[in-house]
Amino acid sequence: MDTFVQQLINGLTIGAIYALIALGYTMVYGILRLINFAHGDIYMVGAFVGYFLAFQLGFATGPSLVGLTVVLIGSMIAAALVGMAIERFAYRPIRKYARMTTLITAIGVSLLIENLFVARLGAAPRAFPQLLREQSYTLFGNAAISKSQILIFAVSIALMILLQWVIFKTKVGTAMRAVSFNLNSAKLMGINTDFIISFTFALGSALAAAGGVLTAQYNPQIDPLMGIITGLKAFVAAVLGGIGNVPGAVLGGLLIGIAETFVVGYGQNVGVPTTFRDAVAFAILILVLLFRPTGLLGSTVQEKV
Amino acid sequence: MKRTLLSLGLIASLLFVFACERKGGPGAGGNSGTIVIGYYGDLTGRTSNFGQSTKNGVEMAADEINKAGGINGRQVTILSEDDEGRPEKAATVVTKLIDQDRVVALLGEVASGNTLAAAPKAQAAKVPMISPSSTNPAVTQVGDYISRVCFIDPFQGAVMAKFAVNTLKAKKAAIMLDFNSPYSRGLTEFFEASFTKLGGQIVNKQSYTQGDRDYKGQLTAIRSTNPDVIYVPGYYGEVGVIAKQAKQLDIKAPLLGGDGWDSTQLWELGGDALNGDYISNHYSVDDPSPAIQKFVAAYKARNGNVPDALAALGYDAMMVLADSIKRAGTTEGPQLKDAIAATKNFIGVTGTISLDAERNAVKPAVVLKLQDKKYIYVETIYPEGMSAPVTSPAAPVTSSTEPTTAPAASPAKADTAAPVKAASPAVGTKKPAASPQ
Repeated sequence: MDTFVQQLINGLTIGAIYALIALGYTMVYGILRLINFAHGDIYMVGAFVGYFLAFQLGFATGPSLVGLTVVLIGSMIAAALVGMAIERFAYRPIRKYARMTTLITAIGVSLLIENLFVARLGAAPRAFPQLLREQSYTLFGNAAISKSQILIFAVSIALMILLQWVIFKTKVGTAMRAVSFNLNSAKLMGINTDFIISFTFALGSALAAAGGVLTAQYNPQIDPLMGIITGLKAFVAAVLGGIGNVPGAVLGGLLIGIAETFVVGYGQNVGVPTTFRDAVAFAILILVLLFRPTGLLGSTVQEKV
Repeated sequence: MKRTLLSLGLIASLLFVFACERKGGPGAGGNSGTIVIGYYGDLTGRTSNFGQSTKNGVEMAADEINKAGGINGRQVTILSEDDEGRPEKAATVVTKLIDQDRVVALLGEVASGNTLAAAPKAQAAKVPMISPSSTNPAVTQVGDYISRVCFIDPFQGAVMAKFAVNTLKAKKAAIMLDFNSPYSRGLTEFFEASFTKLGGQIVNKQSYTQGDRDYKGQLTAIRSTNPDVIYVPGYYGEVGVIAKQAKQLDIKAPLLGGDGWDSTQLWELGGDALNGDYISNHYSVDDPSPAIQKFVAAYKARNGNVPDALAALGYDAMMVLADSIKRAGTTEGPQLKDAIAATKNFIGVTGTISLDAERNAVKPAVVLKLQDKKYIYVETIYPEGMSAPVTSPAAPVTSSTEPTTAPAASPAKADTAAPVKAASPAVGTKKPAASPQ
């Protein structure tokens, strides 16, 4: 029983990270019908910005809560700027062209970011400084939860609540929903759509960067290609939940995280090797596309952001 | 038609020129000019600490050789190539070193998977290759041009099993292996065989792949079986994270590993979570023998950090190669490979190196305990048939590498010791009178 609870906690932890990244995919898709394949790399950029901030500001020497807050917010701001720059210089000039053009551009941007980082910093993994004094708390029996896991849950839940508030309670959120309904009509209503799109990219990128820094507290190994597989799984999570649907992205992320962990934890008992963990996310994607193309919470007539 | 013939002729003459160049270049076999040696390793990839350390060791040895007048009066040049830790890239850069740079011999790789990809190229081109630290048995089975200066996994896996059973009194072990790495799979196989033979039980076996980001699923499954020890024969990048996540799960059993852990980055990733874990390794920097301490001091002065085992093995590989060239009197592949295979009782930093019939070095291993960013010497484990040199109480730790106290302690015995042939070799343990902690 405690093993089961432990695996659930493990799954929810990585699922929360997938959910944070999936939110960015789903928001951008909701507004532009664009799958921003560079989004997984923003997650990586966030982790690296955090890494350099920690060293530059002298927080790398030991655990400190102030350091963690500064690094987390700093990397979220930096990633937001990177996300806005990508939108401004790569996607906006070709927005009027066919969807395929933007999709291929997105793949190009993703490769560009990855290889810029490899060329500049090398492909060798680096160790992210530990800003949190690690400690485990026993829940019951053997089931334990560590401080970094609590941090991941707390920060991601806070950010998701904040996001819901922005989307439904603020003026800019209302404008985002309007743009997702119909970009041209929104423009005719006097909404500055360029600004709204920019804002959406900033929001999504900041969430991904938060995911990057949080993961680095949990698993300190960061490298320029870390965003590829994590980004893909987050994308699958967004599709699973119903791309364009915000609560769907969170649900999808958590489901993928749990499914992956259970394959690792229990797969061997039923003859599924641990190495199938990555295949599971994609198998789920295929099943969802076959039986429910709109995703779990997606429907054709619903509010998208 | 005329043009086609003309271009065909041009191509033919070009080929002819290249074919001649292979023979007549500066690095080609012969008895004069600079000796060009190729080094390939992971200088920028996931295991770049390995490649950099080995390169430092190789270059330091080459500098010392050149300062001492070279080999048979000829200077040595090392050409380094980066394989980024990828097997396919390793094969490519080795082909380049052979065909383009015309090296007379090759040194490398650390990771067995990469050496296995490159070795067939060297074998086909008849260029001798010495791997400093690839421990998978298959490496030298590629062919007679491939040899190594380290012990192999059947021995290394048995060492840890023996240590776990005899010293740690472990009865139940779990294994967490790197699924795609020949190194990790080999060690797992031999640890498992020895551990069960010694009366232990493997209660759980989990696997991961390099680049995985989360290991808690596997570790939770392992925890539920309550093992006394967990064997993790992986490379430092993943192992550091595994150790950290194991502590997050409140796992108290110590982790056991191999030489793949030995890297400074291990501590950056794992930190205090690594305290109390054990690894088997090729040598200990704490070993007070003058040969080792002289090497450690020289390396520190040159590179600014303490040499890990890979640096020491890189150094030894270069020195064995130089010794072989000296004995062969030539750098022609066929003669050189015979001279390398004939290496007997070469006094290296990592021990007395004698190559057996399969061109593997027969050497003792040390077990080190990880504590507060240090590798603390625990004990030396000798292969079957090789015994510890007689030590006086005044010199507590003397490995068989020490030339003054053990001038000929092992030559004859080393020949008969063949831990490599048996799948689960027995190993003899000898504890030093005191450990230099």
